[in-house]
Amino acid sequence: MTALAARSAAEIANRGTPHSALIRRWSEGSIKFALLSMTLLSVVTTIAIVGVLAGEAWGFFSMADQPDISLWSFVTGLEWSPLLGARPAFGVLPLVAGTLLVTAIAGCFALPIGLLTAVYLSEYASSRTRTILKGVLEILAGVPTVVYGFFALTFITPYLLQPLSSGFGTYNAMSAGIAVGIMILPIVCSLSEDALRAVPQSLRDGAYALGSTKFDVSAKVVVPAGLSGVIAAFLLALTRAIGETMIVALAAGGLAQLTANPAEQVQTMTAYMVQIFLGDAPAAGVEYKSSYAVAFTLFLITFVLTWSGAIILKRYREEYD
Amino acid sequence: MAAGVISTSRRMLSNRVFLWSCLAATMIAILLLSVLMVSIAIEGWSSISWRFLDSFASRKPAQAGIKAPLLGSLWVCAICGLAAIPMGIGTAIYLEEFAKRSRLKRFIQLNISNLSGVPSIVYGILALAAFVRFFGLACADEPWTLGDPESLFFIQFPFGPSVLAGGLTLALVILPIMIIASQEAFRAVPPSLRQGALALGSTPWQVVRLVTLPAAMPTIMTGAILAMSRAIGEAAPLLVIGGFLLVFQTPTNLMSDFTVLPLQIFNWAGRPQADFHKLAAAAIIVQLVVLISFNSVAIIIRQKLQRPLQS
Repeated sequence: MTALAARSAAEIANRGTPHSALIRRWSEGSIKFALLSMTLLSVVTTIAIVGVLAGEAWGFFSMADQPDISLWSFVTGLEWSPLLGARPAFGVLPLVAGTLLVTAIAGCFALPIGLLTAVYLSEYASSRTRTILKGVLEILAGVPTVVYGFFALTFITPYLLQPLSSGFGTYNAMSAGIAVGIMILPIVCSLSEDALRAVPQSLRDGAYALGSTKFDVSAKVVVPAGLSGVIAAFLLALTRAIGETMIVALAAGGLAQLTANPAEQVQTMTAYMVQIFLGDAPAAGVEYKSSYAVAFTLFLITFVLTWSGAIILKRYREEYD
Repeated sequence: MAAGVISTSRRMLSNRVFLWSCLAATMIAILLLSVLMVSIAIEGWSSISWRFLDSFASRKPAQAGIKAPLLGSLWVCAICGLAAIPMGIGTAIYLEEFAKRSRLKRFIQLNISNLSGVPSIVYGILALAAFVRFFGLACADEPWTLGDPESLFFIQFPFGPSVLAGGLTLALVILPIMIIASQEAFRAVPPSLRQGALALGSTPWQVVRLVTLPAAMPTIMTGAILAMSRAIGEAAPLLVIGGFLLVFQTPTNLMSDFTVLPLQIFNWAGRPQADFHKLAAAAIIVQLVVLISFNSVAIIIRQKLQRPLQS
């Protein structure tokens, strides 16, 4: 013990050997510069993403041998059939609709269940139950999404959906939506729980003192007070749902169609990209380039959602001391 | 609030209904996890064997194994960790310990939170352009090579769809997560420690190196392990850069072809034959075992090393 202490004292003394002010300033400056350049790399990443996507999408819209393709027909077109038929059609709306259908199913499933679980965790559960449940949620959050896709394909569709109705095919929007819902459930849950626990105890105590039941306190005091955080959690989860790839590539099917029927198969934006990058479409071909336009659309949608989440969190946060 | 008077019995009823719905919602989460685990265990258990771990992919389900994807996952994750963890910690150090409150800092912070919302498949597209093809600056057919192709230190430019490109792709995906986790770790270090070190005459970098970084390290490591467990399950970006679906060799250097476990699972799960679904389930069991051991290491670190610091 004393030897150790003596050694560490000697080490500390060594570390403390004074350098000249010049060397010190120079080394401090170069370290700070190195750290700053690491930080700027994240900005470079964003610029590179936008640059690559915009550049390649521009290449798609200005292809010389495809006079039918324009930004307008891409954004408003109701038919997406790049590989089939004599005249390929590139209207992105069926892909966007497919994405939104899967996301809506996932949201209907995960948002209420996630919020109620968060209320249970933050208002009702004992600290031991909380630790166990948080562990369960942490495992659910770590499960790779391809596993949920496999679960949708081999369990949800044949054992849950097809016994209910014969209308469900092997691939359908419902099973993919439920699986995406399971995937985002831990995000909704743990982020909303953080928001609810940040509500100060004095607000709860005040409400109890006025004779509130636990329901009154949770639903009329705690959730409204933490609402900005809860909504930000919802938006983040929906962003993840929109960008989810492997589940929809496995379970949702491969037919881009404009439908609101969850028993039908749909193709999402991400699933189309998987189809193109997996297949052997020639890199100069129109269908290959179209995937970049789809990717840019996806990027813009998620960007707007993340941005609005940040704004909601900042502007509508209730500050308590 | 001038709400109408509600009888006590009705308030008690709504109170009880609410408690039951909260409990039911919580039960659903637990039930889902158990159904998921049990259904996969039943389907895949019979295919798990030493032979399954030690053989390459095959068209015949009885001979197929996961040697290539398992080692591929390890290589890719190691490269990803070596790239993303120091970068993440470095960025967090700059933002928390050096940067002054400025418009640039706010912009970078907003940018990082936006990056964490970008779908992973979009990172795959960036990586395809940047790492696999070097933005078309070098000719892909005649790559510029460095070193002996047989040796461990063989490098070529552009990287092509190699282990190195795969690891760097995953590093891009987890970098924002890593930065945010490390920032939170630095924020949790009480300011009094910094002030004490500064008062003894330390330079700002000495404060970081000798005081705040060691104090924040356990939390950073927990965050790093959780970020790595995200990386090890990622398939979409690797699929875009051209991770191979059938690989008959294990990686020998940074330029080797590779596949990873999630890609192999995707490949088997997407086939119609039930035998391949069994293989997919078996590979999922291996993947989940790796994942749960990652998570338990994180939990152990959190419990053993995280002594509360006095503020």
